[in-house]
Amino acid sequence: MYPKSLPYLLLLPAAVFLCLFFLYPFGLVAWQAFVNDSGQFTSDFFVEMSSHWKFNTAFTNTLLLALAVVPFQICLALYMATLVNGMKRGRDLILYVWTIPLGISDLAAGIIWLAIFDQTGFLNSAMQGLGFIDQPMSLLGYQSKGTIFLAILVAEVWRATAIVLVILVAGMGLIPKEYYEAAEVFGAGRWKRFTKITLPMLKPSLQTAMILRIIMAFEVFAVVVALGGTNLPVLMGEIYTWQFDLQDANVAAAYAMVILAISIACTLLIMWGLRTPKGARV
Amino acid sequence: MAEIKIKQVAKQYGNTHALHSIDMTVADEEFLVLLGASGCGKTTLLRIVAGLETATTGEVWIGDKRVDQLAPKDRGIAMVFQNYAVFPHLTVFENIAFGLRMSKVDQAEIDRRVEKTATLMHIEGLLKRYSGQLSGGQRQRVAVARALATEPEVLLMDEPLSNLDALLRMEMRAELKSVLAESKTTTIYVTHDQVEAMSMADRIAIMNGGKIVQASSAVEVYRNPAAHFVASFIGNPPMNFLSAENAGDGWWNVNGVKIKGPNSSSKTLKFAIRPEDIVVHGPSGNGSAANDDSLSAGVRILEPLGSHLLASCKVDDQLFRIVLDSDAKVSPGDTLQWSPQPDRVRWFDPESELAIN
Ligand SMILES: Nc1ncnc2c1ncn2[C@@H]1O[C@H](COP(=O)(O)OP(=O)(O)O)[C@@H](O)[C@H]1O
Ligand SMILES: [Mg+2]
Repeated sequence: MYPKSLPYLLLLPAAVFLCLFFLYPFGLVAWQAFVNDSGQFTSDFFVEMSSHWKFNTAFTNTLLLALAVVPFQICLALYMATLVNGMKRGRDLILYVWTIPLGISDLAAGIIWLAIFDQTGFLNSAMQGLGFIDQPMSLLGYQSKGTIFLAILVAEVWRATAIVLVILVAGMGLIPKEYYEAAEVFGAGRWKRFTKITLPMLKPSLQTAMILRIIMAFEVFAVVVALGGTNLPVLMGEIYTWQFDLQDANVAAAYAMVILAISIACTLLIMWGLRTPKGARV
Repeated sequence: MAEIKIKQVAKQYGNTHALHSIDMTVADEEFLVLLGASGCGKTTLLRIVAGLETATTGEVWIGDKRVDQLAPKDRGIAMVFQNYAVFPHLTVFENIAFGLRMSKVDQAEIDRRVEKTATLMHIEGLLKRYSGQLSGGQRQRVAVARALATEPEVLLMDEPLSNLDALLRMEMRAELKSVLAESKTTTIYVTHDQVEAMSMADRIAIMNGGKIVQASSAVEVYRNPAAHFVASFIGNPPMNFLSAENAGDGWWNVNGVKIKGPNSSSKTLKFAIRPEDIVVHGPSGNGSAANDDSLSAGVRILEPLGSHLLASCKVDDQLFRIVLDSDAKVSPGDTLQWSPQPDRVRWFDPESELAIN
């Protein structure tokens, strides 16, 4: 037998580490967002943030990107995971290939896609070579916000679907085969087996994957900078601008609070949406 | 309600032959039990009938329809799985209703049928619960109710009671038997438990090494085992075997005593007798005094089992079990004089291992 305090003692280093490097800086940021230089509680920084003309655009762009990317990624990853799980041979190989983008940083991913969508990029040369267009088009210019949005969407899907895929493949592998056989015997076809067995039993993995992805999506930055420059403002980009270009750490902190708030709200929403009824187990 | 015909069904996994050309017919409304040791191919055969596994060769017919190309859902079957496979994310009600929902039965009819089968299986009070809130026995009942609710033509069960404790198993055995007798569904029931098989079956098909060795009523497989394997598998304890040498004219020399047997030209046969079909002579026995035709058995171990006393003996250096009366005065080291009940003796060919009549 070990003393009752042992588990706590063992947890202590990690707890101290977390407090020192996460909670303390977090506290500082929150302090910066709500307290002015003379030590008074104030909402000035939030007012300054939201009255700036770029705030609404950045906020809407971030939300729109997240709402376009994440659901699409979840569906795509579900489909890919189903394919991978149904494979008899070559399963590991395919999985490795599909997860290659996981090893690439978001800035590098942005640059890769910039090389494709740029005015002198692969896409333009290919279309020109095939005779679809006479002149290279400017796809990522300031007047084509729509194509920038699309390019970011494609790059984000390419870059970050694999993490969802890995989580879902692992989750699907845990569903006992017997449930599928029972469903099949009792008349469920492929699609019904997917909706009646796979989806409900995959809830915990789906929850993890969605929360992880939605938080990452609100923090989208490097890909946007690489492909859109300042043409498509997002929240994380505004933090950067306020912190380093405008040298106003307080407003930057207010932005950080906004990202935190929508992340928490979405996490709670997902947890509620994908909750398992009391007593049920998956 | 349908007849099942299995024609020359064989199954290979790579180089292993799980099933060797099985031929079997299960009559309409019959309760057939597939009995055999673990690994003999029972599950494989059942899954081929269900359509969860494809036979390497052969045909499966249900009613007048050849079904081996059909998906499980088009075969008119329902199945109870060994681990129940009760969906953990659905309530008991939704579990029982699963098959009905899949075939788009309307809600009123679903309510009626779930109610009916739940009452039949005595789980009408558990309909709102989830499988995680049920005991093993209750989960088993849900699995059976789910299968019965679809009113299938054919019901397939793979060791449905093997995960229950002994007492519950005995209770469920009797209950299942009466429920299934009433539903009149053609049933194939897989088990490795011979008591379960004998108590429930209209007919028992005994499997060994991917073959069906004998398919008959419980009494028939017990009294007239068609093969050495059946004789050594059925019965607790199983039959005793002694080697017999041909003494000419249908007489056989068993441990120095001549016994009347079949006319055969082979040099040796196996003499077989059940432990309870033995007459023991003398003071400790239940029969008359010993005579010249009695054999002797050296008692080694005695097991008082309440209803009877089981004596493990040596005859001719081979293990030989005798069922004695509980009050018999015997102790290890004694020698018993015995003779077989003549009409209960069976003979087996040592080459083909088949019974000789
Ligand atoms: N999917 C499989 N792959 C390879 N061999 C299998 C497979 N399923 C069953 N077998 C083999 O087939 C034989 C029969 O198995 P099974 O039908 O499960 O036996 P039982 O149900 O009588 O215990 C066993 O030797 C088993 O190892
Ligand atoms: Mg089995």
